[in-house]
Amino acid sequence: MISTKVSIAGVELKNPVVTASGTFGSGEEFSEFYDLGELGAVVTKGVANVPWPGNPVPRIAETASGMLNAIGLQNPGIDVMCERDLPFLAGYDTKVIVNVCGRTEEDYCEVVRRLADEKVDLLEINVSCPNVKEGGIAFGQNPKALQQITEKVKSVAKQPVIMKLSPNVTDITEMARAAEAGGADAVSLINTLTGMKIDIHRRTFALANRTGGLSGPAIKPVAVRMVYQVAHAVSIPIIGMGGIASAEDAVEFMMAGASAVAVGTANFADPYAALKIVRGIEDFMKEENIEDIRSIIGAV
Amino acid sequence: MKYVENAKVISQKEISPGIFDLCLQTENIAKEARPGQFVSVYTNDRSRLLPRPISICGADSGSGILRLVYRVTGKGTGTEEFSRTEEGGSLRIEGPLGNGFDPDVAESETVMLVGGGIGIPPLLETAKRLKAKCRIVLGYRDSSLFLKEEFERYGEVYIATEDGSVETRGNVLDAIRGKDIKADRIYACGPKPMLRALAAYAEEKNILCYVSMEERMACGIGACLACVCASREKDAHTNVHNKRICKEGPVFLSTEVEL
Ligand SMILES: Cc1cc2nc3c(=O)[nH]c(=O)nc-3n(C[C@H](O)[C@H](O)[C@H](O)COP(=O)(O)OP(=O)(O)OC[C@H]3O[C@@H](n4cnc5c(N)ncnc54)[C@H](O)[C@@H]3O)c2cc1C
Ligand SMILES: Cc1cc2nc3c(=O)[nH]c(=O)nc-3n(C[C@H](O)[C@H](O)[C@H](O)COP(=O)(O)O)c2cc1C
Ligand code: FES
Repeated sequence: MISTKVSIAGVELKNPVVTASGTFGSGEEFSEFYDLGELGAVVTKGVANVPWPGNPVPRIAETASGMLNAIGLQNPGIDVMCERDLPFLAGYDTKVIVNVCGRTEEDYCEVVRRLADEKVDLLEINVSCPNVKEGGIAFGQNPKALQQITEKVKSVAKQPVIMKLSPNVTDITEMARAAEAGGADAVSLINTLTGMKIDIHRRTFALANRTGGLSGPAIKPVAVRMVYQVAHAVSIPIIGMGGIASAEDAVEFMMAGASAVAVGTANFADPYAALKIVRGIEDFMKEENIEDIRSIIGAV
Repeated sequence: MKYVENAKVISQKEISPGIFDLCLQTENIAKEARPGQFVSVYTNDRSRLLPRPISICGADSGSGILRLVYRVTGKGTGTEEFSRTEEGGSLRIEGPLGNGFDPDVAESETVMLVGGGIGIPPLLETAKRLKAKCRIVLGYRDSSLFLKEEFERYGEVYIATEDGSVETRGNVLDAIRGKDIKADRIYACGPKPMLRALAAYAEEKNILCYVSMEERMACGIGACLACVCASREKDAHTNVHNKRICKEGPVFLSTEVEL
């Protein structure tokens, strides 16, 4: 018997595969394709204290082996999340991770307090969205601000806290250490890399927001490198992501030091992507005679 | 239900310069498709991640044959890759997606189907399934007309060409006003300015106008919020003033959305 179980801050996931925030809604749309109970966890789209309308369109553009997005954290607000999405997810035998966004420290704390008594296993705090002017990234690029918001969130959170880190920094280990010092139970990385695409026929930006976040296989080597660096800088667990499209990619992240992996953009190229990665990891374990998936974490 | 299928290419031909007519054998997609819905077509080139949304031009529930008519947008694009797929080859598609045009209109009514350019194909299956009387207005750039004869089976066809080479010179609205084409409702697909003009015309005539909208898509199923359009009222799902074109649309009542 092989064991695919992993643990993030005391929460046991049946397998290391979770969805990357913003690519999977709250799971409802993908539940038409497969049982969400097959996943280690569902990570929701970022949610704020109040509804956010997001950015003007075009919000996405395809790039070589990747895509740019500037959705602008459109979300229906925490009330709708609690009334509609969380009860829906409670119907599945999987863990629920709610991704939280905000403009001010108080915005984040308000959402976190609202989630205290909800069926939520982990909180992922997005301080790394490159597509909104205020909040988000403002906390994610300054170690002092990051440590402070981590402390604030931790002081009101009932669930373990994952801080989601931005790759758009000089030294990501400094940010990971700041999150750990602030009391974070885990970190997830990477969020998207800031990029730009120009439509040369229209002589203008491909995205209405001008810049957007690059995701997909194009960013994978950067993400693997950062997971490796962070694994050596902190002792809290890591959820690794950035361009994962196959079980082999997932294994690579785990060997670099991730305890779990998130599948994002790959869901757009194939709605079954995350499920196939769950199955592919099992196949890999059998082929390589790996009994416990935890034995490959940081194996490199 | 939505399905992902490896659909076999039954036939493909260029019916007008750069416009391809593709027939695919599907198991479930054609059976369950409604007119005005679309499918996501994936490329075989793994460096192109996103599916291309293409409207359903024909869906035969008996044989399972799905017909797509699409334009190759340029060199090195996904649609150029599709155009090179030969008989016997296959394409991965997902669908049927979106809402589509409502074909259940009373027989006593007259529906005006208005298509501009590559917005014409989805109206063919719509015309076929409508029991109501159809008046069909098609706008083309020049005399390279496509699908015109097939539309003639389902109603009177009026043509507008930008260069004036066939029938009315100008756009579809010039044909509608010029020929005084009357109807009880409009079903339209085409470029934004055309939809905007039709919405204004429908308001003036006090008739319903349904428009099929376009936007860049990533997931195609309502999960990523890439493809939104502004809506007049707060949307029930998003809880803000926009709607997902891939899910609530692509067909909207013209008064629901900002055109
Ligand atoms: C609901 C819907 C139905 C459509 N139906 C048809 C149809 O029946 N026939 C047809 O020829 N075209 C249709 N289109 C437009 C078609 O999706 C684009 O022409 C096509 O995606 C272009 O892809 P490409 O590989 O040629 O271009 P590329 O430049 O390689 O595309 C790059 C990326 O941009 C996206 N993109 C580029 N242009 C458009 C566009 N106009 N709309 C949406 N995404 C775009 C592509 O999907 C891809 O992700 C439809 C669009 C929508 C939203
Ligand atoms: C369309 C889209 C929306 C996203 N929305 C969010 C979000 O709301 N919150 C967040 O923390 N990350 C968001 N992300 C970032 C992803 O969760 C992930 O960190 C990133 O895309 C890298 O993984 P990938 O290459 O597998 O997609 C989004 C990414 C995409 C492509
Ligand atoms: S394309 Fe993802 S929501 Fe419409």
